[in-house]
Amino acid sequence: MTFRTFLRHLREGIKNVFRNGWMSVASVTSIIVSLFILGVFVLLVVNVNSFADEADSQVQISTFLSSNVDDAMRQKVQTAIESMPEVSKVTFVDKTQGLKDLREKLGADGNDLLEGYTDETNPIPDTLKVEVIEPSTVSFVAGKIEDLNKQYSSQPIYKVRYGKGTVEKLFKVTRLIRNIGFAFVAGLALMAMFLISNTIRVTILARRREIGIMKLVGATNAFIRWPFFVEGALIGLLGSAISAALLFTGYQMLENAIGLDVTLNFHLVPLSDIGYLLGGFILLLGVLIGVWGSTMSIRKFLKV
Amino acid sequence: MIEMQDVWKTYPNGTHALQGISVKIDRNEFVYIVGPSGAGKSTFMKLIYREEVPTKGQISVSGFNIGKLKPRKIPYVRRNIGVIFQDFRLLPKLTAYENVAFALEVIEAPKRIIRKRVIEVLDLVGLKNKANRLPAQLSGGEQQRVAIARAIVNNPTVIIADEPTGNLDPETSWEIMQLLDEINFRGTTIVMATHNKDIVNTMRKRVIAIENGNIVRDQPRGEYGYDF
Repeated sequence: MTFRTFLRHLREGIKNVFRNGWMSVASVTSIIVSLFILGVFVLLVVNVNSFADEADSQVQISTFLSSNVDDAMRQKVQTAIESMPEVSKVTFVDKTQGLKDLREKLGADGNDLLEGYTDETNPIPDTLKVEVIEPSTVSFVAGKIEDLNKQYSSQPIYKVRYGKGTVEKLFKVTRLIRNIGFAFVAGLALMAMFLISNTIRVTILARRREIGIMKLVGATNAFIRWPFFVEGALIGLLGSAISAALLFTGYQMLENAIGLDVTLNFHLVPLSDIGYLLGGFILLLGVLIGVWGSTMSIRKFLKV
Repeated sequence: MIEMQDVWKTYPNGTHALQGISVKIDRNEFVYIVGPSGAGKSTFMKLIYREEVPTKGQISVSGFNIGKLKPRKIPYVRRNIGVIFQDFRLLPKLTAYENVAFALEVIEAPKRIIRKRVIEVLDLVGLKNKANRLPAQLSGGEQQRVAIARAIVNNPTVIIADEPTGNLDPETSWEIMQLLDEINFRGTTIVMATHNKDIVNTMRKRVIAIENGNIVRDQPRGEYGYDF
């Protein structure tokens, strides 16, 4: 194909978009709508994921040590926990610090409750705060830490605590949201594809005659296909660009609104973090859908 | 030029459109194909420009073995054959000029040459001053002239005309016939299916009559031979 012919296909493709007037508008609109819904769901899933991740990462295992544990023993236990492959971080919080943390956490309400406790009479045990790499392993790691008591006759571990039940429930919920979200997004993408291929098929049906004439004057299949290809890509690009613009504007507005409300203990994943990826994904998908739709629809008309 | 050897065509529904036709048409001939409706005339024409493939037998058109042609090669054979129909088959959204230019764009001719050649043929068919009209803005005869211009623009060796005057009044029909005659005179083979008794009997050419899928008559300067 010469460069001039390529330009001709490009020009014809663009002309066709305008020539088909309302059909093009219909195709573009269906791409806008499908990709917009798709985008909303992707954003929802991304935010739920990030929220879930945040919640996950707050899950800690508190390992309370028995009161008879000395520094050397404590060091041994800490090393043992640190050496577990699932564990990412172990922090030692001594009883003094523990009392201080509790006072801070309870604030004014706790003044009465904690009154009279001094460093000498501190009821809080020394604690090892354990963070794990993969939140879902929490209960398994907790069990392993409890088992450490079997190694040492002094029973250095008094108690192991984590948000039992709550954690498992949280994981179940986040996993469900992720799975449903992805299934939904996949389904919508498929639906958008069929919708668009159908719209383009109608456009092509209207030009059946035109294609027949092209073949009669000796046009090759590639020559006939190219302008439709360009047309599909253009419609896809146009629809996805508008869709992305709408989506991002809306998201930005939502982000600002939530950011202004200081009482909300929640923030959206910033647009700058996901914008390029999501925008690229939407544009790519739009073009692919358009091209796929036009190529699929024209195929059977070329067998004249 | 065009040669058929024992050509059979059976459609999937069981119709035997052609039953063992053998014929030879030489370069520069002008041939009328006549016969009742449904006798196989259209199939005969379609086989030449490879819209249909023979069930049996051999067809060669300007050296190409049409029956055994790879689909990829079909466009290149068609560039050598101009086709004209009763219903003109112009692209409705393109002007007369663009319709004719289209046949050259397809073969990727340079723009300069397209311009020159399109104006040349539009002049030949007498439509140079209506080049920028859309088909809807032209009369039936004028539309057929555009179709003829498109058929001859890349100098085909053969023109296949399937009832080119079928939709036109007698006077316009004669103008179209004179145009085809002139194109034939300039060296293009013409195969024309027709129901027009007056034309066949007045402008005497070779006549091939097809009935029930067989050639029943082949006369050098023949007559129409039917009463309809």
